[in-house]
Amino acid sequence: MSDFRFAVNVTPKPGILDPQGRAVESSLAHLGIDGVSAVRVGRRVELTVSATDEAGARTTVERLAGELLSNPLIEAFAIERLATDVP
Amino acid sequence: MTKIGVVVFPGSNCDRDTIHGLELAGGEPVELWHEQASLEGTAAVILPGGFAYGDYLRAGVIARFSPVMRAVGAFAANGGLVLGICNGFQVLAEAGLVPGALLRNRGLRFLGRDVRIAAERLDTPFTALAGSGRPLRMPIAHGEGCYFADDMALDALERDGRVLFRYVHEDGSIADDQGDPDNPNGSLRAIAGVLNAAGNVAGLMPHPERAAEAILGSEDGLGILRSFVEAAGASAGSPSAAPAMAVR
Repeated sequence: MSDFRFAVNVTPKPGILDPQGRAVESSLAHLGIDGVSAVRVGRRVELTVSATDEAGARTTVERLAGELLSNPLIEAFAIERLATDVP
Repeated sequence: MTKIGVVVFPGSNCDRDTIHGLELAGGEPVELWHEQASLEGTAAVILPGGFAYGDYLRAGVIARFSPVMRAVGAFAANGGLVLGICNGFQVLAEAGLVPGALLRNRGLRFLGRDVRIAAERLDTPFTALAGSGRPLRMPIAHGEGCYFADDMALDALERDGRVLFRYVHEDGSIADDQGDPDNPNGSLRAIAGVLNAAGNVAGLMPHPERAAEAILGSEDGLGILRSFVEAAGASAGSPSAAPAMAVR
């Protein structure tokens, strides 16, 4: 068995109301920043999976991401492979 | 008296109020701990408000995987009556036992205040004694109560009569989606409560148990609890009553 480290990035699906993103966007004017739009606030989960190979580990992460970490009705997720030596 | 299960998750905080409300409504409440896989033969089940498992990740999602929710899922699939209030509604939605999702309130703030809702259906186990469709005043207390489903799903809910409650103005007219304080969280089509397809599972964001006696300022919620207790009593003798044995 080897350890595989992943990140799962969960974001609101296009078209889903994201009041947090809108609040961030509207605060940018206070910083004197303009030209920034379409801010979407999501969540990032990092985790380590023990498996015989990377494909097996990825299958586990996909299941986890689809069933627990995201709500498929309102959120999309993207899986990212990280260096395994990250604690 | 009819035994009604009240599920207690770590972080539930409306379980005692719900138990008190059920007693006022003539039921016999039974606490069901989240780790138990049996509903103890109760005739119906309420998932109360609170912050189950701290609402970590998303409100209701971790509660969804608890042993008691497996039993509640089997019970519901068998026709058993289930009502989710506030956080309980969020748990039911995450579990897919009612349609839709509850998003962060549009104004981003946690809101704790009275609202008005009206029942769209009066022929359900949740609303038969709930005031004949007049506006009902009761509190909300939530940060994630903005009801969401896509347009097709919303159309289907309306067509099938599965919108149970909507936020309304004082005169009973339906509140607007946006910028209307009478739709406090910005729920799409002002939906405050929905039914599953079979009509035996319902969720709503407002708290009927916090408006169940005069000393609380409103008794409008009592009718919902009484409807539920009465329907549970009527179903108790039928095969759909909760199995007394553990459900795996």
